[in-house]
Amino acid sequence: MKHLIGLFSIIAIVLTISCNQGTEPKNENASATSDEAAVTAGGQENVKDSDSQKDVVKVAMSSKDHTILVAALKQAGLVTSLSNAGPFTVFAPTNEAFNKLPDGTVDGLMKDDKKEDLQNILQYHVFMSALKPESFSDGQTLGMVNGDNVTVSVKDGKTMLNNSVTIIASIPASNGMIYVTDGVLLPPVKK
Amino acid sequence: MRKILFSALSITAIIILLNISGCKPKNAGDSISGDAASKVFVPPGKYDELYNFVSGGFSGQVSVYGIPSGRLLRVIPVFSVDPENGWGYSEETKPMLNTSHGEIPWDDQHHLDLSQTNGEIDGRWLFANANNTPRIARIDLKTFRTAEIIEIPNSAGNHSSPFITENTEYVIAGTRFSIPLDNQNGDVPIDSYKKNFKGTISFLSVAPNDGNMKLAFQLLLPGMDFDLSHSGKGPSTGWFFFSCYNSEQAHTLLEVNASKRDKDFILAVNWKKAEEYIKAGKGKKQIVKYAHNKYDEATHTATSVMETETTVIDVKDFPDIVYMIPCPKSPHGCDVDPTGEYIVGSGKLAALIPVFSFDKIKQAIAAKTFDGDYEGIPVIKYEAALYGEVKKPGLGPLHTEFDGKGNAYTTFFISSEIVKWNIKDLKVIDRQPTYYSPGHLMIPGGDTKKPYGKYLIAYNKITKDRYLPTGPELAQAAQLFDISGDKMKLLSDYPSIGEPHYAQAVAAELISKNSLKIFKLEDNKHPYVTMGEKNSKVVREGNKVHVYMTAIRSHFSPDNIEGVKLGDEVYFHLTNLEQDWDVPHGFAVKGNNNAELLVMPGETQTLKWIPEKVGMYPIYCTDFCSALHQEMQGYVRVSAKDSNVPISFSLGKNSDALDSVLTK
Repeated sequence: MKHLIGLFSIIAIVLTISCNQGTEPKNENASATSDEAAVTAGGQENVKDSDSQKDVVKVAMSSKDHTILVAALKQAGLVTSLSNAGPFTVFAPTNEAFNKLPDGTVDGLMKDDKKEDLQNILQYHVFMSALKPESFSDGQTLGMVNGDNVTVSVKDGKTMLNNSVTIIASIPASNGMIYVTDGVLLPPVKK
Repeated sequence: MRKILFSALSITAIIILLNISGCKPKNAGDSISGDAASKVFVPPGKYDELYNFVSGGFSGQVSVYGIPSGRLLRVIPVFSVDPENGWGYSEETKPMLNTSHGEIPWDDQHHLDLSQTNGEIDGRWLFANANNTPRIARIDLKTFRTAEIIEIPNSAGNHSSPFITENTEYVIAGTRFSIPLDNQNGDVPIDSYKKNFKGTISFLSVAPNDGNMKLAFQLLLPGMDFDLSHSGKGPSTGWFFFSCYNSEQAHTLLEVNASKRDKDFILAVNWKKAEEYIKAGKGKKQIVKYAHNKYDEATHTATSVMETETTVIDVKDFPDIVYMIPCPKSPHGCDVDPTGEYIVGSGKLAALIPVFSFDKIKQAIAAKTFDGDYEGIPVIKYEAALYGEVKKPGLGPLHTEFDGKGNAYTTFFISSEIVKWNIKDLKVIDRQPTYYSPGHLMIPGGDTKKPYGKYLIAYNKITKDRYLPTGPELAQAAQLFDISGDKMKLLSDYPSIGEPHYAQAVAAELISKNSLKIFKLEDNKHPYVTMGEKNSKVVREGNKVHVYMTAIRSHFSPDNIEGVKLGDEVYFHLTNLEQDWDVPHGFAVKGNNNAELLVMPGETQTLKWIPEKVGMYPIYCTDFCSALHQEMQGYVRVSAKDSNVPISFSLGKNSDALDSVLTK
């Protein structure tokens, strides 16, 4: 497709150069050449829409407790995917939760050569389908987006993940549900 | 023919060669210029410069294109049912297609006019006519939906409509067919045309705040055919001009019998005067029957009311309302230039284009420079109204629009071309071929005080070899010209929906800034709305089963329903709980003798289903709403008439066996 556009613009430029008689007014909207035709970086997160309910990314972005998560989603290149139609269940560790990790873990993951590890961890926080709070049940297994499982336990009205991370709040979003967690879920170590 | 084509092709080839090798100055035979591609290319993700609303003709709908790309943006269902989104099939939209003849699934949609303020497009509403069963529709440009349809009594072949006055005070609708009036006996011999058949022109007032239409009054006229019309403006404010043919009053073989006279007429109507008479109570009330259908955005539901009265003025009793101006040979287009001074009649069979001067018309009326009368209507002397004639412009003139720079552009059906001419000196400036046989043309704002004189689109009736063949039935074509220079330049052509007649276009910003993204759920006043999944339920009322159902990514609630029996009428009232732009949900039931629903965010729509066999009926979402769209499904169990299966419904309860597998 890019080749095609390129070809078109070459033809257009050649024709313009060779035949432009300088008398025709340009169409401002449609005069764009190939460089402008290049697709704007990113996807649905760029849609200008202040009328719709916020999606999971926009909800996270508006939370002062999730700045590390948002930065990590950006670094991992997951903003576009999570701005999609979903439906998603996103476990959203707070800044405090990230800060509980050993010193230097987050900074290390934010390095470009660790992008895959970061993606793996973040995708371990996303489940396809918008789970309602009442959808969680004790002993339930959730197959996460990265391919690993999370085990749910529900005891005394408290929902825990992998017996280590607790859900402390739920926020509905346009394309799914966000569950704020007090810890970061770490995928099982690959053998 | 073949030889001519062949040589035409080779000439084109030579021209293209010349162009590529030497870039010689362009000439009139040059059908496409080198930089046309860049002028119509809108890069991915960029918006078009203009919205273009195109009548659908026999499709009954209105299509919306982006200009200059020619990209199809949307088809708005208006007069024809549209199973794609349930228009005319959902319980809420069925009343929109109601008429005094019952519910009609189709019409022939010819002309469009955008609402205006001070003679300029204001971007609020689009009016559309139905030709066959006379109706006018108003489309709300916030939602791109048909908001109102009103039927017109005493009318047949509602062709010279829906043209509006400068401030959208009225939508005007004239009859193509004259007929015995609705309150008279129509069971008369056809050859009693001269005695029993009448034409009418209807004035529908438009409420300035919400656009609601009302049949204000009708003018009763001699039997003949009214073809097209346009409002006066500037000096001709308060007047309306119609083209008329069949002044011979033929009722058979009009092809021959309505072409006998040397001249037919342009009808000049002083509507301000008519309005005064109506206000003074001079109109006569008549009992008639016509449907008036409105769609309420709060309840997401249409209602149809049968109206029973119209007010009629017989113009022969009020000779200062209407005047006739002779116009050569069965005029079609009747177009008023942006200054409001010149009225152009385009006689389909005429060898010239007459241009009338409003100033001269006024003087002729004052001085009574008449040439007798036509059934009691004064006929102004041709020369007394004439500004001048465009001589030998082409063959078969049909329709004229204006660029706001002193030029007029006329389509010629027979000679397949568009001719540009100067309004002042009436000289032809340029002519370009069209492919083939254009009907209407359109310049954005070309019938207003302020044309956007950069583009012109010709709507061609015949396409033959223009596109890859698709069997005997071919799409018609829209052909885009750049008219910013002295010479018109063909930029592109593209197939169109149905049969485009007239069209409208406007700078995109005027419309796009108001475009609605979602319906607010909290404002949903539908009587069967389900505000949240927790309120979803199934209620039996006799043999009616009401399903209060919700849709959200990616399930329906409920999605398992039992207790429906043969003999039941099931109503699925589906509320889309999404509050996210561009996330509609669809809904369909196996075996339903009905269409589907397509429900927008925050909206409620109802699909009726009468099951006819005992069994299991899958339901599912028809719109690829999400990654788990294919999971958005459920079942309705239908039992025998005498079954004692109770009504039950659920979401998310699996059988015990499966639950144990999941938790392992």
